[in-house]
Amino acid sequence: MSPRAACRLELLGFVQVYDYVAGKADWLAHGLSTEGEQAQVPRVKDVLRREVVTALPGEPVGGVAGRVARSPYGFALVVADDGTLLGRLRKAVLDADPSAPADQVMEAGPSTVRADRPLAELAERLRRRGLHTAIVTAPDGKLLGVVQRADMEARLTGRP
Amino acid sequence: MAIRIDLAQLQKLVAGGGQLVEVLPAAEYADEHLPGAISLPLKQLDASTAARLDPARPVIVYCWDGL
Repeated sequence: MSPRAACRLELLGFVQVYDYVAGKADWLAHGLSTEGEQAQVPRVKDVLRREVVTALPGEPVGGVAGRVARSPYGFALVVADDGTLLGRLRKAVLDADPSAPADQVMEAGPSTVRADRPLAELAERLRRRGLHTAIVTAPDGKLLGVVQRADMEARLTGRP
Repeated sequence: MAIRIDLAQLQKLVAGGGQLVEVLPAAEYADEHLPGAISLPLKQLDASTAARLDPARPVIVYCWDGL
């Protein structure tokens, strides 16, 4: 629809016309704020924790283990130079061979969710599967952060 | 032909005074829209409704996903 609108505006004489083709879906999936009647519906972005332990693919996991130990998480996420999520390092591999490169021992391609997903829906899904954390990525695969079930439930119930 | 832009370019244009225009139906705009966007549904887009826009400033249109 936006390409047609852009063309129409040019025919009406506008000369500086740009088309954000990825549109509202892309904006929402990046966890950015919105306005309107549905803007207050709790979404994943509302409890997104952006500070998460990351490691580069070739980094020895020994150094990563120290950072994880000082964090509230029991895992690290492996990301490329451009922030693209590649994998997850669970506690077991962090405690194993400290010289192992992250990309050799990571769990590749972990499941992720989008930042605009309704919070209640994801909280229920995690509860059913007995999971406590979900990884959040943008549509281009870049890591945005993680969400924790406890944060979601606190947000949904209004109880800290 | 309009220039296709990504999110980073959009944010730069808006910061520089660009006018953000949602071209979806008004009900969808009422539900949720990008901050500061105005509603100019494609079906109502003509010289009269477009008069709300400043022709001297960039205009950035968007819908749900470009389709």
